[in-house]
Amino acid sequence: MTISVRNITKRFGTFTALNNVSLDVPSGELVALLGPSGSGKTSLLRILSGLEQPDQGTAFLDGTDLGSQSARQRNVGLVFQHYALFRHLDVFENVAFALRVRKRPESEVQTRVKELLQLVQLEGLGRRMPSQLSGGQRQRIALARALAARPRVLLLDEPFGALDAQVRAELRGWLRRLHDEIHLTTVFVTHDQDEAFEVADRVVVMDHGKIEQVGSPTEVFEHPANDFVMRFLGHVNVFEASFEAGRARVGEVFVDVDRPGDGHGRLYVRPHEVDIARSSSKDAIAARVLRVTPLGAGLKIELRAPALGSNLRADIDWDRGTALALRDGDDVFLSLRRARVFAQAA
Amino acid sequence: MLPLERSIPRAATTEPTWVRRIIIGLGVGFLLLFVVVPLATVVIAALSHGASAYGRAITDPHALRALKLTLIAAAISVPLNLVFGVAAAWAIARFRFPGRALLITLIDLPLAVSPVIAGMVFVLLFGANGLIGPWLAANGVKVIFALPGIVLATTFVTFPYVARELIPLMEAQGHEEEEAALVLGASPWQMFTKITLPKIKWGLLYGVVLCTARAMGEFGAVSVVSGNIRGRTSTLPLHVEILYNEYEYQAAFAVASLLVIIGIGSLIARRLIARRKKEST
Repeated sequence: MTISVRNITKRFGTFTALNNVSLDVPSGELVALLGPSGSGKTSLLRILSGLEQPDQGTAFLDGTDLGSQSARQRNVGLVFQHYALFRHLDVFENVAFALRVRKRPESEVQTRVKELLQLVQLEGLGRRMPSQLSGGQRQRIALARALAARPRVLLLDEPFGALDAQVRAELRGWLRRLHDEIHLTTVFVTHDQDEAFEVADRVVVMDHGKIEQVGSPTEVFEHPANDFVMRFLGHVNVFEASFEAGRARVGEVFVDVDRPGDGHGRLYVRPHEVDIARSSSKDAIAARVLRVTPLGAGLKIELRAPALGSNLRADIDWDRGTALALRDGDDVFLSLRRARVFAQAA
Repeated sequence: MLPLERSIPRAATTEPTWVRRIIIGLGVGFLLLFVVVPLATVVIAALSHGASAYGRAITDPHALRALKLTLIAAAISVPLNLVFGVAAAWAIARFRFPGRALLITLIDLPLAVSPVIAGMVFVLLFGANGLIGPWLAANGVKVIFALPGIVLATTFVTFPYVARELIPLMEAQGHEEEEAALVLGASPWQMFTKITLPKIKWGLLYGVVLCTARAMGEFGAVSVVSGNIRGRTSTLPLHVEILYNEYEYQAAFAVASLLVIIGIGSLIARRLIARRKKEST
């Protein structure tokens, strides 16, 4: 099933949740809508599911206009952020709900629900009440419930938002594997870039009701379309710069940039694009180590570089960190491997 | 509900023993003086001429008529308020619309005005010299001094109970489950019966019990609209008054004891339901 969104605008009072948004999701793809809260991603999901009506524009499912179909006619699977499990029904009846309202025969209900509980690896919990389940289990039951009536597309609203970090990471991998198994066109909303990158085939970055960029995780990360995307995808060092003769000047330092600018602007350098050395070299920037923090597989170094006029952060891998043996207060030399400049936002 | 049977924790922040004793003593003493003693008096007075006199008083044809009328009035007005209460609570908890604040205020109106005034309003509307009374009379419909008037007055006085019970409950529960039901393919009616109703059933039952108890005990409004015609338009509370005015004290208290039983029954039902209601939120 392909999803097409054409020029959708949605307002709540004076707040514009979606501003003329268009998007295509090819059949079988897993797409992440990534953006800060208030960027319109959940509104788009609710419009696709039929819980909200757009003020303008249309959405299509395989070419059929969804505008004329109510939520119940669309047969779309939706997983709510807080699961919205039916608290008075046990797990089995929660999963069976979509089949019951369609008046499917009992034998079919039994088979299908068992199949789904197996799929989400919760066989044997059928008679539990939702309140007796852990967060991760509730999440998976919500997913099984959404899949029961074989929906045409699957929509997930912050599916892992309410879970703790470890369960989150586990479920991400699981969702990806599940998608590879059932190949259902899936759209999920998240504000977490790691989650979007890990799970999705394509990422749609949104801000203020607009789509800022669409692309594979690598494309989006390597080639951010603008400064919003750049800033949103993880930590980035930002410097006020002026541009002279194809180079950028930050404080007293000249930096090579990938795109010539003019006048004043901002320079973006990711922490892993900052190199640290003990000895000076050509164009190296003197800096002092403020703080060294272990971070995942590497080290996070906070630095003060008077020549740049501001503090910055560098991420280096563990081996490099060991070789440098950095301590708070050490004097070091920096070079910026890559600095990005974006056209001024209109 | 007074948690009298629970032990009071002795934390450093609680008052000294003598203060606590005085406060508890005041509470219990007040309850004894104003609730237990009068209720006990009703029972004692009802049985003052023996069990057979008691039996005669409550099986008197007029008393039975009054009981029947009370039950009929409650049986009509409670379902009406059930439907109205659910509809009003649904509208208030789910939608934002112009006039919502006014509706919330109006629901409380019967609690704010004296029931006598409510009765007067219906007389002014439906009475022989009222606004639409003459037209109704011309078409053979009798409202005042008849059952429709009693039902109207009872319904008016009791309509806040179900709605007031449901509004906070439905607001607390939110409507995500209803949305989930719709997306899963439920019709609005299926959504209501399979999801909403089970979610609110204990709150609803609680409201119905309150509403029923009030409907059966209502005096003022019903007294004005019914004309209090013995054996015809007198409900139980009105019948008690008639007997009392005729110096039939023992019979009056015997019939009153029926109302006490209804009251205590509803109190017990409320306690049982309140426990389940708490679990469902």
